[in-house]
Amino acid sequence: MGRIVLEKVTKSFGDVNVIPPLDLEIDDGEFVVFVGPSGCGKSTLLRLIAGLEDVTSGAITIDGTDATDLPPAKRRLAMVFQSYALYPHMTVRKNIAFPMKMAGVPDDEQKRRIDGAAKALNLTDYLDRRPGQLSGGQRQRVAIGRAIVREPAAFLFDEPLSNLDAALRVGMRLEISELHERLATTMVYVTHDQVEAMTMADKIVVLRAGNIEQVGSPLELYRTPSNLFVAGFIGSPRMNFIEGNAASQHGAATIGIRPEHIEVSDTSGDWTGTVSVSEHLGSDTFFHVHGTGLAESMTVRASGEVGFKHGDTIHMTPRADMMHRFDGQGLRVQ
Amino acid sequence: MARAVTTNRKLANTAVAWIIGLLIFFPILWTILTSFKTEAQAIANPPIFLRFDWTLENYAIVQERSDYMRFLWNSVILAGASTVLGIIVAVPAAWSMAFVPSKRTKDILLWMLSTKMLPAVGVLYPIYLLFIQLGLLDSRVGLVVVLMLINLPIIVWMLYTYFREIPGEILEAARMDGATLRDEILYVLTPMAIPGIASTLLLNFILAWNEAFWTLNLTSVDAAPLTAFIASYSSPEGLFFAKLSAASTMAIAPILILGWFSQKQLVRGLTFGAVK
Repeated sequence: MGRIVLEKVTKSFGDVNVIPPLDLEIDDGEFVVFVGPSGCGKSTLLRLIAGLEDVTSGAITIDGTDATDLPPAKRRLAMVFQSYALYPHMTVRKNIAFPMKMAGVPDDEQKRRIDGAAKALNLTDYLDRRPGQLSGGQRQRVAIGRAIVREPAAFLFDEPLSNLDAALRVGMRLEISELHERLATTMVYVTHDQVEAMTMADKIVVLRAGNIEQVGSPLELYRTPSNLFVAGFIGSPRMNFIEGNAASQHGAATIGIRPEHIEVSDTSGDWTGTVSVSEHLGSDTFFHVHGTGLAESMTVRASGEVGFKHGDTIHMTPRADMMHRFDGQGLRVQ
Repeated sequence: MARAVTTNRKLANTAVAWIIGLLIFFPILWTILTSFKTEAQAIANPPIFLRFDWTLENYAIVQERSDYMRFLWNSVILAGASTVLGIIVAVPAAWSMAFVPSKRTKDILLWMLSTKMLPAVGVLYPIYLLFIQLGLLDSRVGLVVVLMLINLPIIVWMLYTYFREIPGEILEAARMDGATLRDEILYVLTPMAIPGIASTLLLNFILAWNEAFWTLNLTSVDAAPLTAFIASYSSPEGLFFAKLSAASTMAIAPILILGWFSQKQLVRGLTFGAVK
């Protein structure tokens, strides 16, 4: 069981208010991702749940028990850190055993769980090495192994993949998702990478300056972002925003259209501009378009290989049903 | 050609390092050599480097005149006890400053160091009076406390620097893993800081061993360590250079040997953090 409820939680460092009153419910077994730009308070929020920081006010409940004043060790949560935070003087086996040693788990049970975790994480051959002799990906697996063997109520991940190279990151992303499927334990995952958020989460919490901007499934956020910030943050490449006349024609202060929701043509379209850069990925082609008179630069994504070059005139037509409208405060207009 | 330049530069660096090393070591070497000369050869002009009549006479006289072992034992007790006591006081202090710093932590560190900026003689009078009042003159207990106190700022600074190198996330991980403060200190922080703690211990032991100002001023017979032993051979009258050298050699020999055997540990500890 791992249901975590935050009620009116606040956190201040001195005079600086990092988390204004915040309410959040994380259901048992859910994979929740906190995402936002750096400094948005997502890591602080995770550390408040972990108990590594004390809340300034408010309450945190874990499985119906008030955990607000419990020390980290008593919250039955396991955490995986960005820096892995392995014990450098211990072997992999001892690293993984450490939480069980602290909990007084009998030796044979420890061994059984270590072997199980090592097998699941492909670490069997490395159990007698020290963290210094492992690659980044292996270290992160050890950190995950150390978290698994505790059989915690929930896992907390603090940007666990940031230190890995791109290829490894994709692999580990899958491994963590598979782990979640297998264990069905609550996972709270912090990242600044919206791709990680979109691919892994059951529920995404978008944070800005300590405030929750929106909570929802990845597709809800993609389809119906509740404000300009979420619209701009979720989705890659970023949504195009258009203000002025073109927006007022649609009865909004700002309209947003994702690059993949614009049809391109070399003959006719609603909007016209000049291609400044085209990026050919094979599966898709991205165009950065200038001179539309709508926005300084617009991004368009065409499926497959499309042959516009630098300087070519391009005609674009937004898909009306995929247009997002926002009012003067930046809030979504239904 | 680039390679040749590198080799030349390497040779030059090596030569310079050797010259500096020999310059630093020369006084010690000269003392050791002088201790094997006769008093007349010791003050010969021009000085004699190696071609003299090697003799052990000075050592025999020194051992006859004063009880070397008693001074040695006092040195061991004073340096050892003040070091252990210092570490016991400094570990928690450095700990809290490194991991739970307050607004004033930097000020406190600087203030501690500033006590080393005052010449020791500046506080001789009050400490001497205190010692008289407390009946601590010429006692090991009193001197252990004084030696501990004068080296404490250095121990705290060194340990603080080592602890700061240990990533806080590792301690947080231990906390998440269910470790109590005691477990955290015992199983995670101390093993990780061992190189630092060891070199701090060694350095402090050496500093305490060589401390002369306080040992000379606060002891006479009972608690006098090897520094007092050396000083007793320095005299404005008479020819005592060779005997003084013999006494000095006997006094520094133990610490020199200790330093020799632990140099790896010492260098590793002193450069801890600089080379990862």
